[in-house]
Amino acid sequence: MPIELRLAWRNLWRQPKRTLLTTGAMVFSNVLLVFMISLQVGMYGLMVENGLKVFTGHLQVQAPGYIDDAKMRLIVPDAVALADRLRELDGLSAVARGSTFALASSEDRTYGMAVMGVEPDYEADVSSLPGLIGAGRYLEAIDAAEIVIGERLARNLKVGVGDELTLLGSGLDGSFAATVVTIAGLFETGIPDIDRGIGALPIGHFQEVFYMGDAAHMVVAVAASLDAVPAAVAAVESQLPADGELVVHDWDALVPELRQSINADLGGALFMYGVLVVLVAFSVLNTQLMSVLERTREFGIVMALGLKPGRLGRLVLLEAALMGLIGVLAGALLGGLLTQYFAVNGFTYPGLEEMAAQFNLPGRLHPEVTLLSLFAGPLVVFAFTLLATAYPAFRLRRLKPVEAMRAA
Amino acid sequence: MSRLFSVSAALAWRNLWRNHRRTLIMLSAISVGSWAMIFLTALTQGMVTDMMRQGLAVLPGHAQAHHPAFRDDPNIVNLLPIPDGELESRLARGDFAAWSTRINVPAFIASERETRGVTLLGIDPERERDFTFVDLDTVDGRFLETADDSGVVIGRKLAETLETRVGKRIVVMSQSPDNEVADRGFRVVGVFRAELPSQEENYVFVGKATAQKLLGVPDRVTEAVVFGTDFRNPEPVLDRLDSLVSADGVTAQSWKDLDVYLSTTLASMDGFVLIWVIVIFLALSFGLVNTLLMAVFERIREIGVMLALGVKPAAILLQIVLESMLLLGIGLVLGNLLAFASVQLISDGIDISMVADGMEMMGATSRLVPDLRMQDVVLANGVVLVLGFFASLSPAWRASRYEPVEAITTVQ
Repeated sequence: MPIELRLAWRNLWRQPKRTLLTTGAMVFSNVLLVFMISLQVGMYGLMVENGLKVFTGHLQVQAPGYIDDAKMRLIVPDAVALADRLRELDGLSAVARGSTFALASSEDRTYGMAVMGVEPDYEADVSSLPGLIGAGRYLEAIDAAEIVIGERLARNLKVGVGDELTLLGSGLDGSFAATVVTIAGLFETGIPDIDRGIGALPIGHFQEVFYMGDAAHMVVAVAASLDAVPAAVAAVESQLPADGELVVHDWDALVPELRQSINADLGGALFMYGVLVVLVAFSVLNTQLMSVLERTREFGIVMALGLKPGRLGRLVLLEAALMGLIGVLAGALLGGLLTQYFAVNGFTYPGLEEMAAQFNLPGRLHPEVTLLSLFAGPLVVFAFTLLATAYPAFRLRRLKPVEAMRAA
Repeated sequence: MSRLFSVSAALAWRNLWRNHRRTLIMLSAISVGSWAMIFLTALTQGMVTDMMRQGLAVLPGHAQAHHPAFRDDPNIVNLLPIPDGELESRLARGDFAAWSTRINVPAFIASERETRGVTLLGIDPERERDFTFVDLDTVDGRFLETADDSGVVIGRKLAETLETRVGKRIVVMSQSPDNEVADRGFRVVGVFRAELPSQEENYVFVGKATAQKLLGVPDRVTEAVVFGTDFRNPEPVLDRLDSLVSADGVTAQSWKDLDVYLSTTLASMDGFVLIWVIVIFLALSFGLVNTLLMAVFERIREIGVMLALGVKPAAILLQIVLESMLLLGIGLVLGNLLAFASVQLISDGIDISMVADGMEMMGATSRLVPDLRMQDVVLANGVVLVLGFFASLSPAWRASRYEPVEAITTVQ
């Protein structure tokens, strides 16, 4: 072991209580940081995944302007054929969808609802909805006069599987559109707005009823993973006609609130982390300054013996670095264990369930231990530890050996 | 006793400044810590208050009365069993800050271009003026004037989608109690603005009497809303409303039952504030105990001499604890001043429109106005002082238990 390291290590334990308390502050903050960051990484991942999997998918092909105002006449021509072409692309699932509003009447109730036209064979590749059928079955034939609706909507309409619904709306050309459909199944997503207000028809029947021809309103696609989305956007764009009649939006453009609520949450969290780190830095500054001040005479002597102030400064920095290292390792270890426990058992607190529902999250969160969440916080604390030690270390340069030896 | 106290306080004060660097560093840490406690709490409370304001404005009201089945099935068949005239005269007796009765049903609205599902509100404009979420000053055209106003007022966002504007006609469709389609053409007399786009998209206003005629339900409404003075405490209002209507089999609920997301957010806020304050305190406490330990350690011989001269251990204990409380006290004062100043600095709110859609997802607007509440300030300071007192007991206790002879002969 080099002499400096040995000296630094011994110096640390001259005042074991002080060193332990300072390291304790680091470990406390590091454990907290590891846990909180892991929780956030896990939560943000779920927010994006859950937010996209019901409907939105990773990207959509639409007519320009449809994203701001979902108007009936902003169509994707020949949508099913386009979806077929996109499905050929590597790692991409795609479906065509139409979307409009209609008045749904049962025998004794009438409600307005959003109606989608979907490709029954492929919808399950991009949306979790077909898998959430609670009663009956999902759509089958592409031009059958049947519908699946949300379970809450069915309750409000006082209908069940096998009953008939009359849909009234307007077609692509603004003319009156009407159909009678049989309820094939009911889905339950757990998201009130969806369970209360949405239904899906096979796209063939949708196009016929609403005079859409071969058109739909969007082609929804899902890439192999979120990381593959930018490449998928480029690949899809190359498949579109070059006249700008169609555009591709990624999920960030489609649901900006998702990334923004993550950013808003992250902003608040970063403020808290920043405060914690600054407090630890003060603690280190205090300790190191004290330890330098109480050794003034000793430093004077070793300097008189010929030790360069720079080397002494490095010694003090090394002491802090050792302390910081213990903080990083112990913090990452304890934080990792704590997080791992909750990753397995799930983490919840009173009220989380209601709040999580707003963001389409489960009531129990599983933090995710990653290299980033394990070391990001502790390493920042480490950096601030060294930064805080810079001042005491720098003071040593101004130390005059003779005065220092005489210091009280 | 008071003499002991004043001497101890004087000693504690002087001891504090014997090592001014250490004291200043600790003071900075306490100030930053308490500033962060109060400032972040004020920002978070500001956001929650904003969410409450928006949420209650849409609901709106501190408490509402419905047919028992209405909440699950918001349909025109689930009318309040009490005739509107009778209901109004009862509410007038209820001593509410504000109240109104209205028709609230899902409906369908169509222009020649587009159709949309909306919530149709048949209101008495004179009653609702005081608490509606509609910004009455910025309505294009005019807001509704009387309960039998024949026009319709829609939101700006909806008007854009429907490609309609003031003066044009639209059709409103809903359902009558016997499931006939009830529809009628309306002239758009006003286009309103609201703070959240979803409010502009979802709500359509017509006169109450006009709605009753459209739906074929003369002198009946679907809900009564009442306001008290403090939304955080809706129970008194709820009790009064309940006593007025429960005899007729009508369910009265406060906003806490009507919007579970809002009420849990509000409830978990207090928990969040406490946890935040404690976390910051713990981060501070390591430094605090450290400082005290060092201060005691440096003075070992001096404390030994004092003990040998007959100073009671309790006096030593008192002196160290006082030193800690002085340190915390000054740090808190600085931190509080800093927090008040920074809240004052942004009292107009900070613009966070870059995350506006995300904030709307949470139900808040894009301007964050801090809400500094005295009880949070008291909580933060109280926690620091109380826990700080206990944290300083251990070093103080050790100091008071030194064996005088050993302490005096300790080599430093």
